[in-house]
Amino acid sequence: MTDTTTQAAPVVPSFDDVETDRKLAIICSKGSLDMAYPGLILGNAALGEGVEVHLFFTFWGFDMINKKTMGDLKFTPLGNTATHMPQGLGGIPGVTHMATSKLKKSLEDLDIPTVPDFLEQIVASGGHLWACRLSADMNHLTEEDLYDDVEGIISASDFIEMTEGAQLLFI
Amino acid sequence: MPVTTINGHEIHVDDEGFLTEYDEWNEELGKALASQIDIDMTDEHWDVIRFLRSDYKEQGETATLRRVTVAGGVPTKRLFQLFPKKPAKKMSYIAGLPKPHGCV
Repeated sequence: MTDTTTQAAPVVPSFDDVETDRKLAIICSKGSLDMAYPGLILGNAALGEGVEVHLFFTFWGFDMINKKTMGDLKFTPLGNTATHMPQGLGGIPGVTHMATSKLKKSLEDLDIPTVPDFLEQIVASGGHLWACRLSADMNHLTEEDLYDDVEGIISASDFIEMTEGAQLLFI
Repeated sequence: MPVTTINGHEIHVDDEGFLTEYDEWNEELGKALASQIDIDMTDEHWDVIRFLRSDYKEQGETATLRRVTVAGGVPTKRLFQLFPKKPAKKMSYIAGLPKPHGCV
């Protein structure tokens, strides 16, 4: 703090610089484009607030960190009543492709990064990425197959141990 | 709207202390705001602050961290080093701008 010339203390935002031990653990279990974003957006927002963030990718969420699929996640209206489209439409060939392109376009218009770019930003902001051991074994994948900044393939118990005291989101 | 005085500058701020009048800001005030939150301004800090100021003028809203990286060319990692813990808020505070309201 510097000296000020006022008698009253100046109005200065409190950025809570005292060390906080707030931690957020996000389990990403979905591999569709629309369900990849909630975890990325919340994790990124938490990092911007000085919160320690760990993302654990499991089951279908593995598609978010698998080099082969991460840039090509899809969105389908099939089985998703929130699109308010007749469910039969979702099964027509080409509809998933169309819906995916449309969603990607909307995200791009809002300057929302692609999944790989978003992961890069999260890591640059100090976030930690972890892959689930069982999902890796089931899909015969190794660290070689995963996004380079994934810190390791760990078991569910490792993750639970590592995120002791954290707030947890399952997506 | 509260009025507060920082290093002799009388400024209009919101309840948290963020400057509300774009034109009340100058670099001398920016330096004073920075020292309120324990940031020593270097040329690199100023590059970011100047980008935020001019971008706000063009866009009408405060750039998010992503925008400072993509449009301003400052890597995200560096922003976290220059303005530790809460870079987006600290940057906008020093630049005399509202907090960014974009999610990403």
